[in-house]
Amino acid sequence: MKLKGNVFKYGDHVDTDVIIPAQYLNTADPKELAKHCMQDIDTTYASKVQDGDIMVGGINFGCGSSREHAPLAIKGSGASCIIAKTFARIFFRNSINIGLPILECPDAVDGISTGDVVAVDTDTGVIKNITTGKEYQAAPFPPFLQNIIELGGLVKSIAKN
Amino acid sequence: MAMTMTQKILAAHCGEKEVKAGQFINCDLDMVLGNDITTPVAIKEFEKMGIDKVFDTKKVSIVPDHFTPNKDIAAAEQCLCVRKFAHSLDIENYFEVGEMGIEHVLLPEKGLVIAGDLIIGADSHTCTYGALGAFSTGIGSTDMAAGMATGKAWFKVPSAIKFNLIGKFKKEVSGKDLILHIIGMIGVDGALYQSMEFAGEGIATLTMDDRFTIANMAIEAGAKNGIFPVDDKTLEYIKVHSDRTPVVYEADSDAEYEKVYDIDLGTLDYTVACPHLPDNTKLASELSDIVIDQSVIGSCTNGRITDLEAAAKLFEGRKVKKGVRTIIFPGTQKVYLDAMEKGYLKTFVEAGCVVSAPTCGPCLGGHMGILAAGERAISTTNRNFVGRMGHVDSEVYLASPAVAAASAITGRITTPEELEQL
Repeated sequence: MKLKGNVFKYGDHVDTDVIIPAQYLNTADPKELAKHCMQDIDTTYASKVQDGDIMVGGINFGCGSSREHAPLAIKGSGASCIIAKTFARIFFRNSINIGLPILECPDAVDGISTGDVVAVDTDTGVIKNITTGKEYQAAPFPPFLQNIIELGGLVKSIAKN
Repeated sequence: MAMTMTQKILAAHCGEKEVKAGQFINCDLDMVLGNDITTPVAIKEFEKMGIDKVFDTKKVSIVPDHFTPNKDIAAAEQCLCVRKFAHSLDIENYFEVGEMGIEHVLLPEKGLVIAGDLIIGADSHTCTYGALGAFSTGIGSTDMAAGMATGKAWFKVPSAIKFNLIGKFKKEVSGKDLILHIIGMIGVDGALYQSMEFAGEGIATLTMDDRFTIANMAIEAGAKNGIFPVDDKTLEYIKVHSDRTPVVYEADSDAEYEKVYDIDLGTLDYTVACPHLPDNTKLASELSDIVIDQSVIGSCTNGRITDLEAAAKLFEGRKVKKGVRTIIFPGTQKVYLDAMEKGYLKTFVEAGCVVSAPTCGPCLGGHMGILAAGERAISTTNRNFVGRMGHVDSEVYLASPAVAAASAITGRITTPEELEQL
């Protein structure tokens, strides 16, 4: 899958409570959740983000709660993928399970700023910062996970198998 | 090949003689858990699979505990969705308001999780049951749906960090102080993707409630699970609470660990995590000028009877500082009743605390104690992220029940010893 968009970059330990505060967990509608996505650390994200944009974070992105509403809110906001140095493990699983592409690539994170335009090839793991012209290589997913992603998420992969 | 305790449980549940770190496996589940926030999303995914029954009606637990008793119409709709699902699929372990409690206090108490089990729960604090010598870990709603349908879940076998405990706590220092100390030492991603395995003679001095508190917060260091070896205290607990026979696994003596930490429990002191991450720890004694507006005692981390006992001992014959809202959350109806029989509830009310029904409540900024801008709480809960208990400009300091109680009485962060001297 080839993706391209403007970057919204955040720091280390972006937690699930800032991705989607618990007070909004009384719905599971991604579009409704998206209205409040990131609002505790970035009040403008929800209004500025365009379909296809790319979220970038530091280490331990998505730490905290198991709420699948967090990747759902980001997906619902229109963001096409997340690039981070590392992901918290439940957020990592949830993103794969709902079919939201995520890539771990510390070098790319250091070389990307908010507002840059970035292109991502999720099949090869190549991340290109079009604004700076620099290219980075994310580690590919192990075949086990690649299989789930290719089949369109966990539910579809179970149906298939 | 030598295996950790976690690896042995995983191997036994995927039909392999041995597993090694990094391997992907598909495991049989002994319990699948969800709550009123995560289950509605799981139900949607479950229905997409086009099946009309769960893999085992005894091995699914649904506990509406987050926004219950229903905090608003939207929460009521979510609970209704969960209730209908549980009833129509004959799920045996569905706990309605009146019988429910905070899920991670309730399941061990009901004997639904015991040593040797493999448990997944759509709640990050599912790692609590490692206190019983089980492998248990938090997952999301889609994993819950898949688990309910197939009785299986995929895992990447984790490597482990070992915490070798010696000695015993001094004063009123507790399991909460130990786990905050550990998170402060290794960081909120210090055990990312790994197991935290506890070992050493010091474990024998820990109560089961201490162990639940410690395993509960393994996720706050990024861990996949936290786990304790099974000893006489564990077996006694399981005997009292469950009819099932536990299976006891032990780490091999030559199992590999990424790191080993030796901790003398006797050297620990009251520890507090300052805003806005659980690893931002300081000694409570360094924070005596931090004034508080609210004290919260309870939750899946510290809502058990010995937690309430630690608080009640300090509230006995004392009053909370005027203006400090002090809210007590017993973890379950049984904890509530036990606290009543022991006289703790009377002590709390006479001291000026309010006692709530069991609920996750303010821990996640849900209801029953939300903070306004500029307000500050001391809390025995598990997270102090930005906006966790309410307004984005509010603050949460994480502490043990004894420190939260002492602080409620003085209106600023206070140790039990300082309180005695006042």
